[in-house]
Formats: sequence, structure tokens, C-alpha cells
Amino acid sequence: MQHFSAFALARNALTGHRGWQKQWRSPEPQSEYDAVIVGGGGHGLAAAFHLARDFGMNRIAVLEKGWLGGGNTGRNTTIIRSNYLFQESSSLYDHAVKRWETLSQTLNYNVMFSQRGVMMLAHTVHDVQVFQRHVYANRLNGVDNEWLSAEAAKEFCPPLRISPGMRYPVLGAALQRRAGTARHDAVAWGYARAADAMGVDIIQNCAVTGILRDAGGAVAGVETTRGRIATKKIGVSAAGSTSLVMGMAGLRMPLESYPLQALVSEPVKPVFPCVVMSNTIHAYISQSDKGEMVIGAGTDAYISYSQRGALHVTTHTLEAICELFPDFRRLRMLRNWGGIVDVTPDRSPIIAKTPIPGLYVNCGWGTGGFKATPGSGHLFAYTIAKDEPHPINAPFTIERFRDGVMIDEAAAAAVAH
Amino acid sequence: MLLIPCPYCGARPELEFSYGGEAGIARPENPAALDDAAWSRFLYERTNPRGPHDERWRHTHGCGRFFNARRNTLTDLFVISWKVGEAVP
Amino acid sequence: MTQGFRTPSGGRIDRSVELRFSFDGRYFSGYAGDTLASALLAHGVHLMGRSFKYHRPRGVIAAGPEEPNALVQIGTAAHAVPNLRATQVELFDGLVAESQNRYPSLERDIGGLSDLAAPLFPAGFYYKTFMWPAWGWKRLYEPFIRHASGLGRAPDAPDPDVYAQRYVHCDVLVVGGGPSGLAAALAASRAGARVILCDEQAQLGGSLLNEPAGEEPGWREATLRALAQSPLVTLLARTTAFGVFAQNFVGLVERVTDHLAQPGIALPRERLWQVRARQVVMATGAIERPLIFPGNDRPGIMLAGSARTYLNRYGVKPGTRAVLATSCDEAYLTAHAFAQAGIPVAAIADLRVEASAAAMAARNAGFDVRLGAGVIGTAGRLRVGSVTVQGSGGQRETISCDLVAMSGGRTPTVHLFSQASGKLRYEPGIGAYVPDADTEGMVAAGACRGVSGLESVIADGEQAGGLAAKRVLAPLQTRKPKRSQPPFGSPAELAKLPEGKGRAFVDFQNDVTSKDVAQALREGFVSVEHVKRYTTSGMATDQGKTSNINTLALMSAGLNSEVPDIGLTTYRMPYTPVTFGALAGAARGTLFDPVRKAPLHDWAEAKGAVFEDVSLWKRARYFPVGRESMHQAVARECKAVRNSAGIFDASTLGKIEVVGPDAAVFLERMYVNGFRKLAVGRTRYGVLLREDGFVADDGVIGRIAENRFHVTTTTGGAPRVLAVMEDYLQTEFSDLRVWLTSTTEEWAVIAVQGPKSREILDGLVEGIDISPAAMPHMSLREGRVCGAKLRLFRVSFTGELGYELNVPSDQAPRIWEAIWEKGASLGLAAYGTETMHVLRAEKGYIIVGQETDGTVTPDDVGLSWAIGQAKPDFVGKRSLARPAMKAPDRKQLVGLETVSSVSALEEGAQIINSAGRKSLGHVTSAYHSATLGRPIALAMVAAGRARMGEVLHVPMPGGDLDVRVVSPVFYDPEGVRLHA
Repeated sequence: MQHFSAFALARNALTGHRGWQKQWRSPEPQSEYDAVIVGGGGHGLAAAFHLARDFGMNRIAVLEKGWLGGGNTGRNTTIIRSNYLFQESSSLYDHAVKRWETLSQTLNYNVMFSQRGVMMLAHTVHDVQVFQRHVYANRLNGVDNEWLSAEAAKEFCPPLRISPGMRYPVLGAALQRRAGTARHDAVAWGYARAADAMGVDIIQNCAVTGILRDAGGAVAGVETTRGRIATKKIGVSAAGSTSLVMGMAGLRMPLESYPLQALVSEPVKPVFPCVVMSNTIHAYISQSDKGEMVIGAGTDAYISYSQRGALHVTTHTLEAICELFPDFRRLRMLRNWGGIVDVTPDRSPIIAKTPIPGLYVNCGWGTGGFKATPGSGHLFAYTIAKDEPHPINAPFTIERFRDGVMIDEAAAAAVAH
Repeated sequence: MLLIPCPYCGARPELEFSYGGEAGIARPENPAALDDAAWSRFLYERTNPRGPHDERWRHTHGCGRFFNARRNTLTDLFVISWKVGEAVP
Repeated sequence: MTQGFRTPSGGRIDRSVELRFSFDGRYFSGYAGDTLASALLAHGVHLMGRSFKYHRPRGVIAAGPEEPNALVQIGTAAHAVPNLRATQVELFDGLVAESQNRYPSLERDIGGLSDLAAPLFPAGFYYKTFMWPAWGWKRLYEPFIRHASGLGRAPDAPDPDVYAQRYVHCDVLVVGGGPSGLAAALAASRAGARVILCDEQAQLGGSLLNEPAGEEPGWREATLRALAQSPLVTLLARTTAFGVFAQNFVGLVERVTDHLAQPGIALPRERLWQVRARQVVMATGAIERPLIFPGNDRPGIMLAGSARTYLNRYGVKPGTRAVLATSCDEAYLTAHAFAQAGIPVAAIADLRVEASAAAMAARNAGFDVRLGAGVIGTAGRLRVGSVTVQGSGGQRETISCDLVAMSGGRTPTVHLFSQASGKLRYEPGIGAYVPDADTEGMVAAGACRGVSGLESVIADGEQAGGLAAKRVLAPLQTRKPKRSQPPFGSPAELAKLPEGKGRAFVDFQNDVTSKDVAQALREGFVSVEHVKRYTTSGMATDQGKTSNINTLALMSAGLNSEVPDIGLTTYRMPYTPVTFGALAGAARGTLFDPVRKAPLHDWAEAKGAVFEDVSLWKRARYFPVGRESMHQAVARECKAVRNSAGIFDASTLGKIEVVGPDAAVFLERMYVNGFRKLAVGRTRYGVLLREDGFVADDGVIGRIAENRFHVTTTTGGAPRVLAVMEDYLQTEFSDLRVWLTSTTEEWAVIAVQGPKSREILDGLVEGIDISPAAMPHMSLREGRVCGAKLRLFRVSFTGELGYELNVPSDQAPRIWEAIWEKGASLGLAAYGTETMHVLRAEKGYIIVGQETDGTVTPDDVGLSWAIGQAKPDFVGKRSLARPAMKAPDRKQLVGLETVSSVSALEEGAQIINSAGRKSLGHVTSAYHSATLGRPIALAMVAAGRARMGEVLHVPMPGGDLDVRVVSPVFYDPEGVRLHA
């Protein structure tokens, strides 16, 4: 792997940058691998990277039906945080945050991880209770989170409006300083390059069309649009398409796939220092290193694979943004897009073995998968390599729903009384 | 904004409706007779197809009635809708 | 200052109206009808911007929304708008414009240093560096990158303008008011269709405005007149269709006041039109493509068609000596126009080896037409000064000029068609994508589907308009797809571009060069989305209008692959950027969400109540008297309720009238409780679960009659509970004869609670015997109060003797006043939600959403007693039997006393034991109890009920607090006061 550095840039400048090598190969699929990851997004590529680097598996393929990183990894609003309520969740996401802190160096690829802080706004008495509970729970669990008054929140984010004339004035905020953003494409490309350098075959434009089983019912391989591949371990990391892939193994999942839209504004000079999220006035916003405001909210109301949504979702989102940041009303939306998010009944992910030997699944991240990428990849690789979950992802099974164990982050926040 | 074909009122804009999830998930007659796995399948497993999807909608800001519809989840186009209790097309 | 580059006459400007404006602090004049760009060009000002990455000096290349370079900020302070294209800014008197992305000035920009260091900044350079030292990213590199990024500045004050929104329906929406669109609108309206025609420009006419009178002089005027006179037609100028959504739902933005010097306050700045069109005709034209040659970005180098537009439409000479570079016939029109305007054309470099008819004609007319020739370099820092042309034999010549008009063909504008899920087809003849077959709801017409020549585009529009009108009335009509005509412009393959030194720009705004695209391919970014994201070509504010197809052509050459095999990036809305305010509309301040006020709101407000938001409602939280703090007010209110009486507005709680022969059966299926045996005139505390067994809602349910129940819900849960009930009733329990009606707003609920409550109501209440024996706790009676209808509930959320009077909402204020007056001498006090919270906590009553969080079962909160054990089934029952739902270490409701602290605990604080720092649960409610004179708290603690008397700890920033686990019922556990 060609080492990236300022020195390498300068040296290559002398030869008109003609000396850069491919960041990943485009190999033909081989007939057999030790493990096959279905889904070439951030989570799948990170899993392949860890399988190769940490678990000594060296014949691995990542199969991606489109172009790598082209799903939700390339469409999210890049927010990274671990300030979740339940200990299982905050541990899961903080496992990622810790890895984010050194990811650029690990991959030798600048993923532009920016710990600019994520601030969750409280607008009602109920919000205050909920977020203060988060602060206490996080601190006990070793995750940073602190409570700010409305004035302190405005000091941290000057464009924030806290005046009493608002329909839902800001009563305070919970701030996680270690949280922030990263450049989503760079994450996919960085993992792809590093995994490829260790011999992982990343095979794009290769859709899985069937999962093959042996006489005992265990995994034997996959059927794809580029031929049959034999393997004893399949890790499905396909986000919104998970139900479709798992259906090839005869498994019905507790998942539904919804459109999630996001938008950016035209780029402006730096004016927004952190990430701000509001549940009551439903929207979230940050400013990318390119200067664009990156904005998102909730999903459209019905399941869809169209990767597009309704205009009224966008207008509601911008109503919320303009209400919180009235200075931004004259900014312009430059691009709007959508992805497909797979949502579980408790909106927490599944990173687990399945009832089929050799078949593992990493899904259900809903609207919050990007932030977990480095941690999820490691944990999924662990689960695949050891055929058992790591303690951190042990609670996130498929069976938890059957048993009644819900890790329901949304319920606590949503219920007003 | 989708135009949703309410079988009682005709095509009306999406904002008048609430989405009701997958259709045909009948509540078991005798829940006590099911084991946890079977009960869990009723509660949580869904087809989630990419293509025709039979789903429920309620015309909340209209006639207030639930009905079923078949919509293609890739194109978001509705194929047909039918009343509760009518035969599935 | 004289406009030295105006033509002596001509153009569609009004030379009788002179306008003054400033650009970067210098004053200029222009005419009505000018854009900022045309007015500056009239003064010979070409330098209008600096590029994003390299800060290269730039001028306009275009005359419309596709302009990538001339980005300016208009206005100041709160009215500032950054990132506007000078080609779209309509000139008005007093306009103030500033260039962007330069310091200290356009002419001398320190950012130009990055151009010198350009080799260090190829595509994606930031991914390859800024990683060492590790702390460098946060403290050094990222701040620097962020500071260098961005173009204009966001306004730093709230937007003073308002924005309006409209919904409209029409039969045919025609997007684009050029010749095709005008013809389509006319044909459709003549066929009887209601038509909306929109165009982004101030005047309708499109390409007709850019040429001197064409083959049909007066056609435009006559057509516009006919359209304006038709009652079926709505004409919208300055209106851009920015997005097409499912089933022909189209978003338009109309710019209403930005072009006005004094807009006044009556008009919105912009107007969003949300159009549901039965059929859409897309007549959006085609945008010219630049040529990619080294040094193709200097001021004075512009698109040939746009140069002609400046000449014909704005009466502006874009230069004094021109060279034309082309790969299609378009440039020849410009050559003739230049000659006629007295701009000498030094040479025409045509990349095509074979002479087209237009090339021959130009040669015959005396132009120096060089075939198989291309530009391989340019010179000039703030303005182009010369170009170097390489001929077919390899010979090179440097030609001095101050104007280069280039044309690489035209790209049909197909965005809306693609957004409507229309399929596109690549046309090698024009080197671009065109709409393939019409979709069910959209037809394309004119240049946007590859048709060229004025007569042809008018005819095409007429046909499309007629077809659209037919399709409105009759089922699916079709027509044969059109083959695009080569005279439209066939680009030579870019592989034939002669190699030159220097950077050849493909995306001007983001400074993406052909070398960047080659580097991306070399590094393995071979899919079109990867190339776009890695190089950022097409991701600037012009959204690739002049660069997307050229990028594909470069990829095709680099990968040795046909353009259609490379694919296309997805077309996404908005077509051009749309103001946030236009989309947000009027939903701001108090209009952001409706405010729901309870019937006694005004009384509470007059009494100085402090309100809180509970979902959409405003609820009185406490009633401070004099200068009381909340703490003091609540203490006083609590004491009043416990010692005499309190009055409280409980109207926001949801109410549902459940009626029918199967009403009791229905409630038994929905709630955990039994209801069939509930006697008429009795009430029961109902607990509602989700089907997965978790507590969803609660409320008192009263039986009014055999077949009639009055069901209450929490304030926030009311809509959800009714929706769930309707769901089960309509789809699962459709055999039951039950009808549900929301009565939340019909009944006001006046709670009168306290030992004196009966005394206060005695005499006010008519027709009901409220003596203890006649009306025990948890009963209800119908009667009248102050002459109004009354459903009287004897229920208590405070633990005192208490009643809730359900009265018609509009009668509530006077009834409340009557009670208030009667209670004055008995110590009656008004109390709010905060006191309500404290009093119920003293009794260990839960609040759904505070003690519960969606993960709590009835048993967890001590409500197993409410479950009707004999019932075979109810919503949630089966789920309660799952193993995790009965686990012994589940969090359970307990009370907590502080061992030594006199302050109340913090809600949300965690609870641990001495064994370690793992959370056992959390404090759900914590108050200072005036009744008991000490702090109390409710908490959910793992295996809580087995821990009575145990000392646990609450970690706080200042250290751990000791707490003792006690019963959650702190006050009157026997319930003596309740049954008074």
C-alpha cells in the first residue's frame, strides 16, 4: 500500500501525480473464500479489514452490488456520537468513537474525523428530564456528556436561537464534546484501500442472488451475478437490502426499510462550529469542511426502496432548521437525496449469529449506522471469526425480540406526558 | 407527496393518511397457544419486499377508515387498493 | 462611467431607464433589463470571481443559471444573499454587489498563492495528508481548511423577509417558456386544458430572447398575447421548477421581489408553488458545453451561445477581437453575429476534420476556418490575451485576442424527466442523454429532447402540448420517440483533443481539471459516482450543468469505454438551489406548530401562571403569588391541597366516548383490566399496553351506562390511543359493535381536590347526592353544575378526597369562577402541573412517560393488581409471558429517601450499589415534599421490591449520595384520606 503523507504528495507532484497506484484492485471473483461479506459499505468494508488484520483470515471477499460505499455510507449526514441512553448502546457506539479517534492513522487515510461536539437540545420539561437522564447514565458508563444551560448552549453554537419568542424555546442542552463528524466517502475508501492491501478482494457490480446451503443446512456459498462463490462464512452487511439478502436463506427479519432524506446547502464561510440535534423540533445540522450545511431529520412514513422521499419531509425539516437558526433562512438548498434505512422494532441494531450455521448478520442500524462504522466492523469481524459475539455486541441479537429484551432508545425520548 | 387511492374517497394526498404497516398480519386467534418464537414472528417479522407490498393505510384526515393497498416499494406507485374484509386482489 | 462596450442600438434592454449599481465598491450604470453580468460586461469588466480551490481569476462563461464562475453576494446585513450568479441577478437601481472568495480584492487575491502551489493540491489531496501529527488535524489543518472553504458568507442576522406557499392543481404544467414551451402551452390550452407555464427568466421566450428576430417575427409576441388572454392559462415568470416528485407533484419557486429596488412589505420575497399536474410538458432547452483545453478558464473565454446572447439580448460586446473554438456548428452563428457587430474574428478553430455546411459557408464568407484545429493553450492573467492554436498538421500559432467563444455542443436539460423516473437514452450524435419514451405523466419537447431549428422546436412543442391535453382526458396516448438531429451539435470525440501544457478545466467552480479525472481513474475510482465524489466535479453550486457530460466524456476516453456504459449520476432535486425560507414558508414562531390552549387558559394566564409545553398544549405549571419562586409556589399549592383544597385544569387529558353493545368487551380486549363487571356509575384505573407488553398509556375509565364508557388517556397519548383503538376495532375486532368518538375538546375537566372539596362543591352540584355513602371513591354520576351538563367523577390523583368535574368546554370558565368564588373562604388554591406531579408522587402514582419509558411492564411499576387475571386475552397479554418480561432483576418501581441530604435528588440520576459502578436504575421523579417536609423520589431499580430498606448510592458530580429504598407510597398508605 502506497503510504500517504504530505511528503508523498510533494514527491508525486514532481511527476504530475502520475505515480499514484490504484487504491484498490478490481479483481475477478475467485471460486472460494474463507469468508464473504455481502455489502460493500462502511460496515462491510470495515469488517473485512478487521477479519484480515486482526483475525488472520486472508481469503476474504466483499461483494457489492453497486459501487463501494454507494449506499447509506455515501448518503448520511456524517454525525458521530455515543451519547445513547442504555448502557448497551452507549458502550456499542463508544467502542466506535474510541476507534474514530485514531482511524485516520490506522488506515493511513484522512477521514477528517472532527470532534466538534454534538449538542442535543431540550425544549420541554420532558426533554430536560430525558437528556439529563442521558447525561447521568453516560457519565456512569464512562461516556462524556454534560448539561448546558440555554445561554451556555448559545455560547457553544452562536447561530442558535434561544429567545423566548420561539414556539418551543431552548431550555438547555446535553453536549458530548468527543462527538462530531467525519467525511463519509473517505471512510469507505480508506477501509477499502487498507483491506485491499491485505489481500481482501473487493468485488463491485456483483449482486448476490442466492445463498447456498449444504446438506446439514450450513452455509456453503453464494450465487452472484458474477458467478458462484463457495464459502463457509457469510457476513451480511447490507443495510436497507438486508431483508432481501436474508430472504435468500429463507430467513424473515424483524426489519423494515424506510427512505431517509438529507440535504446540503450551498457552501458558505465557517459559521457553525458543532453538530446540533433536536428531537422536539425535529432536525439536525452541522457544517462540513467544504462549508455546506448538512441537514437531516426523520424518515418518510412508509417503507420504500426508491431512495427518494416526499417534499413535505424536506419542508418540515427546513421549518425546524429555520426556527432554530433564523439567520439561515436565506441560505439555499443545493442538493437533496435519499437512502434506505433498515429499522428494527426497538431501533437498535442486530450484530449477531443467525440460526443458520455460518451465516452472520449486521443490520438494523436505522438512521444511525454511520457513527458506528469502525466499531461495528470490528465487532462483526470478531463475531464471524470466533463464531460468537464479542461482549459489546452480545446483547444485539435477533432473538432479543422473541424474548422481550428491547434496547429501545427511541421510546424513552418519544413519550411525552 | 403520494396520491393514495382510498377505496372510499378516491385518490387523496398523502398528508391525509397514516401508514399502517404490512397488511395481512392477522392477530392470532389464540395467542396463548403460540410459543415465544411464533408470537415474535407475529409481532416483528415482516416481508419488507422490494417490489409489490400489501400494506395498510388509514385515511385519518378523511373518512377515518383503514384500508389495504398494494404499492410497489421500488417505484412508490400504487397498484390497487381494497377495503378491509374484501378479498386480496 | 460610460458603457464602452454597448452596441449602439439593439438588445432587449430599455436604454431609456438608466440604473446605478455598485460592484466591489465601484459604481457603474446599466439599463433596465440588464443582469449584473451584462451590465459589468458593458463596462468591459470581465473579472467577476475567483475559483474555489485555486483562486484563479474568472469571468462569466454563460448568461444563465449554468454560470459556474461569477458568484456574487447581493445586499448587506440581514438582506445579504451569498452565492448568487451574476448572470441571474436582475439589475435594479441601487443594487450593491460584492465578489466572493477573495482577499483583499478580486484583482489581488492572496488565495492566488494556492494556484502557484496547485501541483500540491490535486484531486483528493486532503485524503492523503493532514494525518501527522495526530493533534494537527483538530488544531491546525481542519481550521485552515474550513477557513479556506465556503464561498459566500451566511447572513448574520435573522431573515426579515416572509415567504409564501401555494398548492395548485392543473391539467398541464409546461416547464420552460422558450419556443417549445410557448407552443405547447398554446396547443394545450386551445385543446381545453388548464395550463400553468413557468420559466426561470423574467421574460418568457427562452432562446427567442437570445437571437435577433427569427424566421417568424412577432411569433413570440403573438403567442404570449394569446396565452395572457386565455382564462385557462397561468403564466409564471421568474419561476423555476426545481423538483418533480411522485405522481407529478412538482415544486416551483417564484422569485417575487429580489429584482425590485423597493419591494415594500406586502409581497413575499419568494413563493413556493406545489403543483399537482395531470400532465407535465418539459420544454427546458439545452445548455451549451465548454471545450476542455489547457487554460480554458481565463476571463474573456465564454460559451459561444452565451456570447451571442450578450450581443443580441443585452446589446453588449464581450470583447474587441475574438477567436472561436468549436466542435459543432453553434459557434458559426456566433462568428456571424460578431462580424455583424464589428468584432473581428481572428480565427475559427474547428476540431472536426470534415467541414460541415456551416463551416463551408463561413469560409466562403471570408472567415479563417481551420479544420482539425484546436486550442492548446491560452495566456493572460486577469483577461485572456492570446490563444495558441494547433492545426491539423501539428503547426502552432499564437493569436492575440481578448475574447474566446467556445462551443462543445449542447446538453439537453433532462433533470426533471429523470426525477420523474423517465428513462434516458444516450445519443452519440449529440454526445448527450435525451429522454427516451414519454412517461405516463411527462412528455418532453424541443431542444431538451434533441430537437433543433426554430420551426422544428415550435412544431415539437405544439405536438407535445396537444398530446398532454389529450392524455388528461383520455387514457395513455403515445407518440414515437424522436431521433435527435445532428445539426444540433455533434461533438468531436474528446480523444482527438490535442495535448497541451497547462491545466484544462472541466468543472470551473470546483477547479477540477482533466488531469484530476485521469488521476481518479488511475487510482481506481472508475464508477461515475466515485469520480464525481473524488474529484468533486459536478458538486459545485452549478451542479455540473456545464461539466457533467464533459466529465463522462473524459471518463470514456480514459477507460476506453462507451459513454452509455459508464452510467449517469442520479438527478436529484433541486434543479437550481432553492432558498430554505421558501420551503419553510410561514411555519415560524407561533405558527411553527399549533398552540393548543385548555379551556381555562385565559384564567390561568390572568392569574400569572407560568406555563409549560406538553406536546402541543400549554399547561399551567404553577401559579406564583407575588414574587414566589417555583419552589415556594409549589410548596404553598401542595399544602393548600392537602389542608383545604386545590383547583386544577385537567382538560388536556384525552377523552374517548366508547359506545355500543360490545363496548365492555372491547375495553376488556384493549386494556389489562376487567370491565364487563364494572357497574354503571363506577370507574376503574385502566392500563393500556402495546402488543409487545409494555405500558403505553393509562387513565380512569368510567361506565356511564351499560353500553357507554367515558375513557380517559394521558395528555400526550390521546391521539395515539384513539388511533390504536380504531386500528383494532376496524381490522381485528371488526365483529364488535362499538363506536369511538374523541371528546377531548368537548369536556373541560375541573379537578377539585382536598379535604374541603366536597364542602366546596356542595350546593354547586345539582341532581347528584355527593355524600360519602352515595358517592364513594371511584364512582361517577351525571347531573348539572351551574346549570350546565356535568359528569362528575370522584377520582383522585392527589391522594385526597377529590372530584373531577367534566363540563362542556365553553361553560368551563364560568363554572370554574363559581367554584373559585365558593372556595375563596375555604382556602381553595389554584395549582398547576408541578404540584400535581409532587402530590401524586407522594402517593406513589406513576406518570406514563416519566416512570415508564416504553420498556416497562405493569408488574415493573406495581400494577399487576390491575390485570384481570381471568381474561384469556388482551392486547399485550401474550407478550408479558415472554421470559425477559418476568426476569427477577427487572427494574421495579420503588421510593427513595435521602439518608442525609436535605436536597431533592436529580431526576435521571443513576443508582448503584457498593458492589460496583454499574447502573441498577435511575431516579424517575424527585421533589421536595412540603407535606412531609423532606425530599422524596420515585425510582426504577433492578429487583427493587426485594431491596426494601437497602442503602444504595446515587453518583453525583460532588460525590455519591446515600439513599434508602422504601415503599413508593410516602403518604397515607392506607388511603384513609382518599375514602373520606
